Amino acid sequence: MKVTVTINRRPEIADPEGTTVERALHDLGYTEASGVRMDRVVHMDVKGDDVVAVKDLVEEMCRRLLANPVLEDFEVEVTE
Amino acid sequence: MRTAVIVFPGTNCEHDVVYAMEALGGEAEIVWHRETSLDDFDGVILPGGFAHGDYLRTGAIARFSPVMSEVRRLAENGAPVLGICNGFQMLCEAGLLPGALIANRDLSFICRFVDLEVVDTDTVLTRLATQGDRVRIPLNSYEGNWVDPSASGRVALRYVDDPNGSQARAAAVANERGNVAGIMPHPERGIEDILGSSDGQVLLESFLQSLVDYPPVPA
Repeated sequence: MKVTVTINRRPEIADPEGTTVERALHDLGYTEASGVRMDRVVHMDVKGDDVVAVKDLVEEMCRRLLANPVLEDFEVEVTE
Repeated sequence: MRTAVIVFPGTNCEHDVVYAMEALGGEAEIVWHRETSLDDFDGVILPGGFAHGDYLRTGAIARFSPVMSEVRRLAENGAPVLGICNGFQMLCEAGLLPGALIANRDLSFICRFVDLEVVDTDTVLTRLATQGDRVRIPLNSYEGNWVDPSASGRVALRYVDDPNGSQARAAAVANERGNVAGIMPHPERGIEDILGSSDGQVLLESFLQSLVDYPPVPA
């Protein structure tokens, strides 16, 4: 199954990269943009035919390795 | 009293750490990260570098190396465990120290001497220093910006200025017991005047003394 994991830093944690990109957008005149955050997206293929089981497994991967629980939240999306 | 200096693929400060420990009268040995026993050692230093290319997050992959379960065992037994720079990031990822390290506030790689103030002397890194003393040693990092949403970390040393946005201006933090410490600047690069500073001596001497007795026995 195809799985997409989105890992995002919690809003209360600073994101220096997002802040810098936002500043660059403003320098280019895109003053409409705000709240820029640089999320991380992980794509993978996972063996299995049960959506719930695959989702559980990938959420476990997130808790153990892919996300840092001190800083980040994650969202797992399974597409067949 | 022997210190294991752990090397991961991408570690690059191990020889400086061994040199510094030996120059200060200690005994240190380089240990590969696949090692599964640290029975012959009294303490551990995780040196700086770019373990596993810093991929995913700094220290995130290194924390699963086989040797890390031994590092955890020693830490839980009260042995001195010190992470320098990348080693500090690993200890946070492993949950042996509170918080995490993110990119410097201004997204610049900072490589210069920094002045630090001793805040807490009940740690293996600072026990021979005096509260309020200043030490000047090199900082050399991109992800040196420590954040601790739980606000549970003990700050051992703080930057006099604010080079990277680190919470509470923390440059070094310790666990509650004080036997596990992490420092972002490099004490091993400041142990001889020819290096520009010998202020790092008191920090590594604190660690060496802690191999003998930590926590200190009251006089």
